[in-house]
Amino acid sequence: MISVKELTKRYAGIIAVNQISFDVAKGQIVGFLGPNGAGKTTTMRMLTCFLPPSAGTATVAGFDILEQPIEVKKRIGYLPETPPIYPEMETAEYLKFVGKLKGLSGAELRKRIDYVCERCAVGDVKTKLLGKLSKGYRQRVGLAQAIIHNPEVLFLDEPTAGLDPKQINETRDLIKGLAGDHTIVLSTHILPEVEQTCEQVIIINQGKLVATDSVRNLQSRARGAESVLVEVAGRNGSLEVPAVQRKLEQVSGVGRVVCKQQVDSRALFEIESQKGRMARGDLARAVVESGWDLNELRPAAMSLEEIFLQLTKSESAATETAKKESE
Amino acid sequence: MRNVWIICRKELGSYFVSPIAYLLLTMFAVIFGFFFWNMLGIFVVEGMEMQMRGQVYPMNINEQVIRPLLMNAGVIGLFFIPMITMRLFAEEKRTGTIELLATSPIRDLEIIIGKWLAALLLYCCLLLFTALNFAFLFRYGNPDWKPLAMGYLGLLLQAGALLAIGTFISTLTKNQIIAGAATFGVELLLWVIGWVGEYETSGWARGFSYMSITSHFESFGRGVLDSKDAVFYIAAIFLGLFLTARSMESLRWRS
Ligand SMILES: Nc1ncnc2c1ncn2[C@@H]1O[C@H](COP(=O)(O)OP(=O)(O)OP(=O)(O)O)[C@@H](O)[C@H]1O
Ligand SMILES: [Mg+2]
Repeated sequence: MISVKELTKRYAGIIAVNQISFDVAKGQIVGFLGPNGAGKTTTMRMLTCFLPPSAGTATVAGFDILEQPIEVKKRIGYLPETPPIYPEMETAEYLKFVGKLKGLSGAELRKRIDYVCERCAVGDVKTKLLGKLSKGYRQRVGLAQAIIHNPEVLFLDEPTAGLDPKQINETRDLIKGLAGDHTIVLSTHILPEVEQTCEQVIIINQGKLVATDSVRNLQSRARGAESVLVEVAGRNGSLEVPAVQRKLEQVSGVGRVVCKQQVDSRALFEIESQKGRMARGDLARAVVESGWDLNELRPAAMSLEEIFLQLTKSESAATETAKKESE
Repeated sequence: MRNVWIICRKELGSYFVSPIAYLLLTMFAVIFGFFFWNMLGIFVVEGMEMQMRGQVYPMNINEQVIRPLLMNAGVIGLFFIPMITMRLFAEEKRTGTIELLATSPIRDLEIIIGKWLAALLLYCCLLLFTALNFAFLFRYGNPDWKPLAMGYLGLLLQAGALLAIGTFISTLTKNQIIAGAATFGVELLLWVIGWVGEYETSGWARGFSYMSITSHFESFGRGVLDSKDAVFYIAAIFLGLFLTARSMESLRWRS
């Protein structure tokens, strides 16, 4: 549905987006991740035909963004970083205006307005001036505006910024509900959001593509070593953490043991080991035989946050060493 | 065409929900009204003086009242046009709504013409107030309506050209004040540049007075349709809108 080839954008002095290429299949939700200034907004602006690229090209919904921008624009919905609202318009009036701009009219337009008002929970502010809405409501109206013409491809730049927790959940559900018929690219800083909503992640840093993969693959790829979390409790109301630590370290295959937290007589340990070398049964036995209770034993999945930090850090470290070498 | 109308409607809407349109209408009506009654007063007093001296000069209301008033309306418009055009693109760039327009299936030219047309329609509303004053002349006198109609045509063409220039300047900045001030400066220059023709007759002076927006209005004021002058205004409109289109394209390169 989206196919990006070596897309590049240069501003005076800096390269905001540097030769990135990726593909997005129809009906997928893709999370676009990167630290501030990575080039997410710039990439979205190019894919929505707002900014022309300095080099490279892309096809969106089967049309080239340079050759047939009008055809592309007919098939996309876009929620920019700041919702593009006119403060002097009322919500319903604004949605009507946008609907007409996107080519809707008559009964169909009215139907779509009612539908998006309900989906994005803006029905109760239909006759309010947009300039007087709160930030969260503006964001909702922005989202309503993006989906009003039922576009094939949706670009959402930080769609949940400024929303309350309930609305964040509803927006996530809305986005998930739209997947299937719609292809969605959303940028965000909130990593759990990506874990929850997206099937695929694209990570960029300083304009360069760092990784593009499914969430699960990324997690297993980033986890070179295997680690498990073990919660141990003492039987008579007290627990000697160093003793437990020593005991766990003696189990074969175990590398490092770290006590993550301790509450009363319970303590949580993270145990690292080389892949496939550690027997969880041995761990459990060691704990129980020493007279402690084993409350919990589970694999520690690396959070996307850690993966993200690891990937973007190693990338900048790599460029730094490259710089040093060239000097 | 449908898209042009959608944009135009939206622009007119935002003129008339904000105080700006009413402010401009009131100020224009007051200032023009002042000019009108002043001019009429002079005309009446002159007429009485002539009668007292027993002279019978032909008094002509078209020549002595309507024509100078139309010229004045054009010049007053010069001060109002920057206030009409300054927000057209600068505002959209500042608030980011330009991203909505530019990612909708609508051509740049349709956006530009829609906005320019809305500005022109607002200017027509201003002119409507001048027409109320003139209606008074028809009620109590017997002026010739043809030069008046021609004068209005000239005013519209002149405003169209100035509005196109203002629209262009509005695409250059995010700041309405800068857009307004720059437009005002440029239009003032296009007015006074014609004055050199009054004492110089060499080539460059003729070139300057040809460029003057107001000098082309004279024929319309006299009630004559001079195709040279009409062509000048129409060319200026096209040039202004063309520059706007170019600027919008490069604006995307820069923004
Ligand atoms: N109009 C512009 N002129 C010059 N440089 C720009 C312009 N717009 C963006 N940049 C630069 O391009 C780079 C990428 O910016 P971009 O807005 O795409 O980042 P982002 O990933 O969206 O960041 P954020 O998470 O903060 O929204 C930044 O270094 C920024 O300074
Ligand atoms: Mg951004």
